[in-house]
Amino acid sequence: MKLSNKTKVLEQGEMTLAERMYLPAIVGGMATTLKHFFSKPVTIRYPEQKRYLGPVYRGQHILKRDEAGAERCTACGLCAVACPAEAISMVAEERKAGEESLYREEKYAKVYEINMLRCIFCGLCEEACPKEAIFLRHDTMVPVFHQRDEVIWGKDKLVEKMDHRYLRDGWK
Amino acid sequence: MELINTVFIAKAIIVGIVFAITLGVAAYSTYFERKIAAFMQDRIGPDRAGPFGILQPLADAVKMFMKEDFIPANSNKWLFIAGPCLSMLTALMTSAVVPFGDTVTIGGATFDLQGIDVNIGILWVFGIVSLGVYGIMIGGWASNNKFALLGAIRAASQNISYELAMGMAIITILMITGSLSTKEIVEVQQNGHWNIFYQPLGFIIFIICAFAECNRTPFDLPECETELIGGYHTEYSSMKLGFYLFAEYINMFISGAVMATLYFGGYDYPGIDFVTQQFGSNVASFVGVGALIGKSLGFVFVFMWVRWTIPRFRYDQLMNLGWTGLIPLAMYNVVVTGFGILVGKPFMVSIAGLVLLIAALFVYDQLLVKKKIA
Ligand code: SF4
Ligand code: SF4
Repeated sequence: MKLSNKTKVLEQGEMTLAERMYLPAIVGGMATTLKHFFSKPVTIRYPEQKRYLGPVYRGQHILKRDEAGAERCTACGLCAVACPAEAISMVAEERKAGEESLYREEKYAKVYEINMLRCIFCGLCEEACPKEAIFLRHDTMVPVFHQRDEVIWGKDKLVEKMDHRYLRDGWK
Repeated sequence: MELINTVFIAKAIIVGIVFAITLGVAAYSTYFERKIAAFMQDRIGPDRAGPFGILQPLADAVKMFMKEDFIPANSNKWLFIAGPCLSMLTALMTSAVVPFGDTVTIGGATFDLQGIDVNIGILWVFGIVSLGVYGIMIGGWASNNKFALLGAIRAASQNISYELAMGMAIITILMITGSLSTKEIVEVQQNGHWNIFYQPLGFIIFIICAFAECNRTPFDLPECETELIGGYHTEYSSMKLGFYLFAEYINMFISGAVMATLYFGGYDYPGIDFVTQQFGSNVASFVGVGALIGKSLGFVFVFMWVRWTIPRFRYDQLMNLGWTGLIPLAMYNVVVTGFGILVGKPFMVSIAGLVLLIAALFVYDQLLVKKKIA
């Protein structure tokens, strides 16, 4: 039974004279390689040159703040539950009076840590978050570690800086 | 006594320069091989060592020397060492008879820009090239490794098969020139009477055989990785392996020089008379040296170009091509050339011979080969 009409039957008969002499085919092949010899290389010299990876690239995590500068995360733990690599851990704390400008919700994450050696950059934490607090940036990668204590990223590295806000391409 | 001394010193200098040029070209061939491969595959190639990666051969040499020089326990130690040495030696020896340039006159004395002008020049090249396979044979045998031995056997049978056709191709050159001396072969071709015009078929046969003799793709079966790991140099490491690889590049350059000598007028170039009149014959000779080296490098490029275009032949295809393709063709070429000399119009007859050959093949094809049913 034919599933589609795209089937192409190949018939290989005797080679023609030109084919059996090899040389015409070789000259043709050499013309092809010569054409490529003069065409532009596609190489990207990686550490020096980088290419744009698209707005959905999953790079370094960031904990967003809202427009007023308050942290969005409410320490619900859904990201930690969703995380297949169990890379996220956090300690929750109740918001005190007068901290409204710091934390958006009544409960916040006092400690929020991602173990970057465990993380597989699947982006499920971003999917799970009900508060749109955690994102994987498309423009920055987690740099290479050289020391063990660089592996676990705390809030100092994760929370968004107000003077350097993250805006994904296609937002707003 | 004085004269002999000057001649000796001059020869020593020429030999030294030829040696240095050969080695330098071989070293940079490794770099350009990778560069050309890269360009043909739309890549950039080595570019980290120095500007444009120009120091890559140096880095390679350092790497080669630093590696452990391993000799397998059950190998024949002395033969194992002799293999790469012999390869290198024979590779370097062929350049002795290549006439790199016309004569130069310095201080009243005239020097040939050639290692030795023996009257059996081309026979020497041929003999040394045949010796070259001993390096591979001995290395492959001494390794005490099945794959190395298989590679060596392949190399030997391949070289012997293709030497026949190559010899026949050279015979036509000798028929035209009437001399075995490379110098005379070049002198006959001066002023644009290059042998390529009289021997197009001979040249095609020769260049195919040269590929086979240098063990270059598409005939690099002795080191066919997919079947034989590394072929004859499976067991080799460090600079011994380096010598084998280096010998291959030297062979490439020298066979380029030999092809330029035999078929492309050697150190002849268009406008040689003009340069001689304007600047004197010494300058003309040196430009001639440049022309010969340029032609050789052109051939080296063709070698690499072919390598990155054509896949390897299967072994039976290789033998089939050599014995049933090239040798009869070479014989036919000898007959045509002889006829051309008899009639006294070598150029016309060689072209006629080529046309006749293609016509005959076409008729044969039409009559005898089964066509595919449309
Ligand atoms: S990206 Fe995936 S693995 Fe990494 S922290 Fe988020 S959910 Fe866990
Ligand atoms: S980042 Fe989002 S999902 Fe994770 S604890 Fe904070 S609010 Fe909950």
